[in-house]
Amino acid sequence: MKSLIKKLVETPGPSGFEYEIRDVIRQAIGDTADEVRVDALGSLIARKGTKSPDGMRVMISAHIDEIGLMATHIDENGFVRFTNIGGINPLTCYGGRVLFMDGTRGVIGMDGLARGKMPKLSDLFIDVGAGSKASCPVKVGDVCGFERPFLDLGKRMVAKSMDDRIAAAVAIETLRRLGSTPHEVHFVFSTQEEVGLRGATTAAYGVDPDVGFAVDVTVSGDTPRRSNKMATALGNGPAIKVRDASFIADPRLVDWMITTAEKAGIPYQLEVLEKGGTDGRAIQLTRAGVPASCVSIACRYIHSPSEMVDSDDVENAVKLLVKLLESPIDLE
Amino acid sequence: MTEKITIMDKKQLDLLEKLCNATAVSGDEFEVRKIVREEIDAVADEVTVDALGNVLAIKKGRGANKVRVMLAAHMDEIGLMIVKKDDDDDLFQFELVGGIDDRQLPGKAVLVGRDHLPGVIGAKPIHMTTKKERQNKIKVSEMRIDLGPDIGDKVEPGDRATFATRFAVLGPSVCAKALDDRFGVAILIQLLRQAPDHIDLLAAFTVQEEVGLRGARVAAYAFEPDMAVAVDATPAHDLPHWDEEDENVHYNTRLNEGPAIYVMDRATIADRRLVRWLQETAEDMGLPFQLRQPGGGGTDAGVIHKTRSGIPSISVSVPARYAHTAASIARLSDWANTVKLLGAALERVTPDLLAGERRN
Repeated sequence: MKSLIKKLVETPGPSGFEYEIRDVIRQAIGDTADEVRVDALGSLIARKGTKSPDGMRVMISAHIDEIGLMATHIDENGFVRFTNIGGINPLTCYGGRVLFMDGTRGVIGMDGLARGKMPKLSDLFIDVGAGSKASCPVKVGDVCGFERPFLDLGKRMVAKSMDDRIAAAVAIETLRRLGSTPHEVHFVFSTQEEVGLRGATTAAYGVDPDVGFAVDVTVSGDTPRRSNKMATALGNGPAIKVRDASFIADPRLVDWMITTAEKAGIPYQLEVLEKGGTDGRAIQLTRAGVPASCVSIACRYIHSPSEMVDSDDVENAVKLLVKLLESPIDLE
Repeated sequence: MTEKITIMDKKQLDLLEKLCNATAVSGDEFEVRKIVREEIDAVADEVTVDALGNVLAIKKGRGANKVRVMLAAHMDEIGLMIVKKDDDDDLFQFELVGGIDDRQLPGKAVLVGRDHLPGVIGAKPIHMTTKKERQNKIKVSEMRIDLGPDIGDKVEPGDRATFATRFAVLGPSVCAKALDDRFGVAILIQLLRQAPDHIDLLAAFTVQEEVGLRGARVAAYAFEPDMAVAVDATPAHDLPHWDEEDENVHYNTRLNEGPAIYVMDRATIADRRLVRWLQETAEDMGLPFQLRQPGGGGTDAGVIHKTRSGIPSISVSVPARYAHTAASIARLSDWANTVKLLGAALERVTPDLLAGERRN
């Protein structure tokens, strides 16, 4: 699974520009799905199974976009000014390296900032090594993502886009391992999550599910100062979401997920996230409303170029999802 | 010099004047709706007004495989709403509707209610103010609209007010209130008149854009188009500047450089197939265009593209200086070139445009 993860996290795909990562995922899915389609906003939707009398139409959503930058102005000296695509922290930008969709590379520079002061995005610029506007290969509207190779630390893995490619890996692996299911399962590899759950919004409308799960990363509370008020920790198992700032998971689904994990002896932890949201909200609020929940992977340093997850959590998330999808869903 | 000068004819100028001088603060768009219907009822095949007050006009094409193209322009404008009359005088308290900088208000002449009653947002004269007062922002709660002593019951809570600015042509420019988005309204009317007959043209004159893209949301749901273009006005901040930068790096758009094609704003990441469609049309036609600087702001496309299973969408705006103030200034040439660009682009719509997947 690590080679799949490496491929997924190293492929660029800022929100709205998910075509390369979509091709990678389509290839990884191969013929394991019964049907694969792409919707108007670029989400890849892979269906497996048909609805039996005990079954439901289930949507599993993992977003394939990542945060990135877009050029807003090329100045006379060839420096590129930019705006954010999704939640970019200026703190982790300076000195970073970026890769434009056409292969152009650059570094993020800054000047004129007083010592100890937090930079704003407008203090930063991208330097692609061009000496003038005329020789700068970047144009207004061009898009780049952070460039950072996959780092394998054994049990722990680090990458720029664990959020949310690790969930894409979990969804792909779940699809591969899922044998017979009473459900019609739609694995949605959604776009534009980082700018407002946009891909999942239209995909959920199109899939029209009976029940839905997002798969996403969540904040890990186990760093030295414990300043994130979170009970989650790397290695304690997939996190079953109770709530985040965007939605409250359906309590019936939460109970059923807990019961399923305990019966199968899969470790799990519970997640209460005060900030941030996931595709679960988009699923829950589609059409006349859908019971929705989320399986999360605890992740350190989210939205930095070095997001860290635990391999066991990833493996156990796959096991939990396969278990959840193998049998009828209990909504009592 | 990229300008390709085309002066709009008198009829179109008169229409824009009428549209800009009308009052249509969000939620009370009837004056503009009336003008729109006078212009399009005889032109479109179907015209309906939906539950929120959007005017939905359809000009049907002929033949098979017609692409359903939605155009959206919002009829509403930013403005003020009367909240209550003071107990002990004839002054009216008010609130803001849409994004207005409070600092723009004191001393401005306004027109209140459907009868356009003239009034003024009073300001303390300089003679009476202290230096400290002049350095502070005046709160909206401390401002009043003064309509004179005989106003009686002619003004009521809920009445809208707009800036009293009247439309004027200044050489190659227009100066008016509400160019955002009467430009778009005028452009949609023109495009309905010259609609090509190989597509279904679905024109939505929307309400309540300035308070959160509310009208366009239901309009897009009703139309269920294959693709959409929001036509709007966007700030041009192409002015000299005096900060530490060597050049103006944050201008959004520039006057006289043609229609502003959107790549990304805070509400929409434009479908690149449509960006290319507009860029290539402009290049082939020899029309000027500019890419609006990606960043903040939002148009009706922000809700349209998320409707139902998703609708490939883009925005095009006419650049205008001093947006959301009492008076904006824009170039007639940018307006004319926006009509030309969109007119030509509609002629080039084919099912092939959207046949592939959304890509770069």
